[in-house]
Amino acid sequence: MKILICISKTPDTTAKIAFGDNNTKFVQDGVQWILNPYDEWYSLVRAIELKEKDPSTVLHLINVGGAENDPIIRKALALGGDEAIRVNTDSGDSYYIASQIAAVAKQGVYDLIFTGKETIDYNGSSVGGMIAEILDLPYVSLATKFELNSNSAIVTREIEGGDEVNEVSLPLVVSCQKGMAEQRIPNMKGIMGARSKPLKVVEPAATEHLTQIVKFELPPAKAGVKMIPADNAEELVRLLHDEAKVI
Amino acid sequence: MSVLIFIDHAESQVKKASLETLCYGAKLAEQLGTTAEGFVLGTVDTDLTSLGKYGISKVHQVNDASLNQLDAQVYADVSGQLVKAVGATVVIFPNNLSGKAVAPRLAARLKAGLVSGATALPDTSAGFVVKKVVFSGKAFAHVKIDTEIKIISLNTNAYPVTETDGMAEVVTATVSVPASKVKVTKSNAATGEIVLTEAEIVVSGGRGLKGPENWGMVEELANLLGAATACSRPVADSHWRPHNEHVGQTGIAIAPNLYIAIGISGAIQHLAGVNRSKTIVVINKDPEAPFFKSADYGIVGDAFEVVPKIIGAVKKLKGK
Repeated sequence: MKILICISKTPDTTAKIAFGDNNTKFVQDGVQWILNPYDEWYSLVRAIELKEKDPSTVLHLINVGGAENDPIIRKALALGGDEAIRVNTDSGDSYYIASQIAAVAKQGVYDLIFTGKETIDYNGSSVGGMIAEILDLPYVSLATKFELNSNSAIVTREIEGGDEVNEVSLPLVVSCQKGMAEQRIPNMKGIMGARSKPLKVVEPAATEHLTQIVKFELPPAKAGVKMIPADNAEELVRLLHDEAKVI
Repeated sequence: MSVLIFIDHAESQVKKASLETLCYGAKLAEQLGTTAEGFVLGTVDTDLTSLGKYGISKVHQVNDASLNQLDAQVYADVSGQLVKAVGATVVIFPNNLSGKAVAPRLAARLKAGLVSGATALPDTSAGFVVKKVVFSGKAFAHVKIDTEIKIISLNTNAYPVTETDGMAEVVTATVSVPASKVKVTKSNAATGEIVLTEAEIVVSGGRGLKGPENWGMVEELANLLGAATACSRPVADSHWRPHNEHVGQTGIAIAPNLYIAIGISGAIQHLAGVNRSKTIVVINKDPEAPFFKSADYGIVGDAFEVVPKIIGAVKKLKGK
């Protein structure tokens, strides 16, 4: 079985978010970059588990971006994966990224394509669904469990207040979230081994951006907390009712 | 030319998130000088003509029971046919579980620009620019859609529901429904519970509550307020509360009108899930808890003394 795992580079969760160039560009100075947590902890680890269960499974990691993404791709390879493919182009909107990944996937004939639920920087939650549509494949979004059963997949997806178990034949696209797997820390062997795993750079396919960000905006600063003494906690209820008008 | 709104339903009822998208779509249609219509895939008990009170003139229904199962591939196909048949140029989805499954597929199918996580009506003064949440709630991006057909998925609890008089005309849509490649073998829906992402008030507990046996007062306060309950990541990881209550960076993101955090210190990863809440109340024993920096109201104190007092005051307020 061949699995394609989509990975993204995102700013660390604690990164200070600032915009320059008249609020049109995200300020990258001092930003620590990480693997998108949904891609790393859930998508990639689940794929690695599938390979551990069946070592004949081939895992390819794919990233869309410039050479500055290579260190992050190597970090992913340190966790697992047989090879990585980087589509050498500046990132773009979800459709642009999905089209690039789909173009590579078409050539590779994958049984399974995994994405994370969303990236923590753009919160689009769109790339997986778009890849599936472009490739005309079934799609289960926001999956919390994934099991294989001969040539079909048993995928549990989140529904309001619960979950639903789906049975789908391969090939299939799945977006992964919490529940899929447990976060792993790469070990020394993995880190050393990552250096020699193939990282193929391919040129982008001709496709388009359907949207563009024209400017960014920071939310207004909060007014500051109003503290209420613990022995007069009832005052909170009055304030929530009369002042905030939320109860 | 019209604005077409996806009407999401579950357990034969139209979801609250859909009412928000109907009002949003109706207002947008007014802004664009066109009509707002809704569409339903599957069968519901809700009287669809009554949805006119949210500002739409028509509901297209694909009355096929096989659509009561949401298969994203089938939904994108059928939605695509409807968009073409109706001649819609803007399609609105809720940015909930259904919207996240279908909107991206429809966008790729129609090569339509998609903005997911919208928080306001588009600015149509020069082009079509939609404001959305980015960096997990730490910022907004204004995104321009350049394509002829535009798709917006609206964040839940981002647009108010208002009612007018108005009835919608219900039309049966003629589209072909492809067979689903997905078989649903089990469905566990907690019926009757308030959906966390749609809740207007959320009461949440953290490690400060010391153990699952102490959640009684969280649930009591939530019940009194008609609120949903939530928790921090360590609480979910320790199995004190179910995983679907975990709000945070790698859990669920919510934007209620009121978020009450009890015994939660307020790590950045937790904030990422709740920073769009309109009012945040923090109750914590530790005056240095970082959460107080993001709060609107704060109480430094022992939750086991403070929360019962709050419960008492809420009971009085509600005349109980």
